Amino acid sequence: MITLDNVSKRFGSFEAIQSVSLHIESGEIHGIIGASGAGKSTLVRLMNLIEEPDKGDVIIDGETLNHLKGKRIRQIRQSLAMIFQGHHLVSNKTVFDNVVVALQLAKVPKKHRTEKVMESLRFVGLDTLKDQYPGQLSGGQKQRVAIARAIVNNPKVLLCDEPTSSLDPNTTAEVLKVLQRINQEFGVTIVIVSHEMEVIKSVCERVTVMADGRVYEEIEIEPTGVHKMEHSAEGIIKRLKSGGDLHA
Amino acid sequence: MPDIIVKYQTEIWVSIGETFIMVGFSILAALLIGLPVGTFLFLCRKGQLLENQVVFSSLNLIVNIIRSFPFLLLVIFLIPFTRFIMGTAIGTAAATVPMTIIAIAHYSRLAEQSLLDVPKGVMEAAVSMGASVKDIIFKFLYVEARSALVLSMTTSTISFISYSTIMGVVGGGGIGDFAIRYGYLQFRTDLMIYIIIIMVIFVQLIQYAGITLARKIDKR
Repeated sequence: MITLDNVSKRFGSFEAIQSVSLHIESGEIHGIIGASGAGKSTLVRLMNLIEEPDKGDVIIDGETLNHLKGKRIRQIRQSLAMIFQGHHLVSNKTVFDNVVVALQLAKVPKKHRTEKVMESLRFVGLDTLKDQYPGQLSGGQKQRVAIARAIVNNPKVLLCDEPTSSLDPNTTAEVLKVLQRINQEFGVTIVIVSHEMEVIKSVCERVTVMADGRVYEEIEIEPTGVHKMEHSAEGIIKRLKSGGDLHA
Repeated sequence: MPDIIVKYQTEIWVSIGETFIMVGFSILAALLIGLPVGTFLFLCRKGQLLENQVVFSSLNLIVNIIRSFPFLLLVIFLIPFTRFIMGTAIGTAAATVPMTIIAIAHYSRLAEQSLLDVPKGVMEAAVSMGASVKDIIFKFLYVEARSALVLSMTTSTISFISYSTIMGVVGGGGIGDFAIRYGYLQFRTDLMIYIIIIMVIFVQLIQYAGITLARKIDKR
């Protein structure tokens, strides 16, 4: 589904991503964890080419993206939806208008838009707030609007860059539940970047641990869960570096 | 109504009409050319969507040069250009040429600054949704910055009224020119004061309308 082949990205003299290779299977919920500055957000931004790699290939469904330009890359991005830490909604648009814009960009015929938007808002439980503005919503509601906007166009992949880091534990759990349902009901491949191990542990099947712009380790999370885990990426990385076992 | 205003009401109405023509053309130029120039300036900045240092620096320099000109000197400097465009450098129609040029430079800078207030994340989300540059401008940037753009236009319009008072030097007329010719030069201070009051009322109304509209469309 998603393959990064020897990808590198540099910002000035800072090498954010160093020769990273990674494969994410279709239908998987994949976690990317690491300390601040580890390169995890850059990595996920390379997957939909918001950042262009300096070296290496980004391959989605067998198609190498980094050689694509213009309209084709925009079309591909419509099937690789993304949500961010900040919800990044347009404050001057209603909830409905924030979601419908994804359909306008994808040139979905007008007659189908309302139905699709309402279906998407119902899925995240916000259909009754369609005429509200983001400024009138809570943090969790805003993030759910962002999720509705992301899924309204039936994407193949949902990239989530720290989707819960500004939310309280209850709201975090709600948002994660929505992400799990998206994966289970629609078969959407989900990539979650987070620095919170609890988040990764609760939803992901496989985890890539990033450190200093490199993939440090890839870990399978067992269905029974991972026990006695540190609650920060720093802790995980420290334990891995010292030869510790994640399952200990 | 004071007698002196009644006596000159025909001339005053004509002058107000001339001011409206000059300011109206300036607003039109600001919207049709100044806004795209300001948008382009914003998009060509470092780290923005169309980042281009050469284009940004060149455009930035031109806008700065035009805005640096004392307006009276700009009007005089542009006389040959005005004559080339309009066939004459005298009159209200000719006066719209320097007015539109300063309007474009003035509003483009304010529009650029308004767009800088749009959170970068909104643009990032738009790009991630596969939006084209045109989509980003019309469906995201202008929507998010709309109240700031309205307030900038309000500020610009008030500046255009101020600029229009100078247009008397090239026979542009206008309410400011009327105040100078009929009030100051003919020692009718009371007439000049009445005209100033009319201008203050205009500016207050424009400011009020601008703030009210901006508040109404601002849902942040």
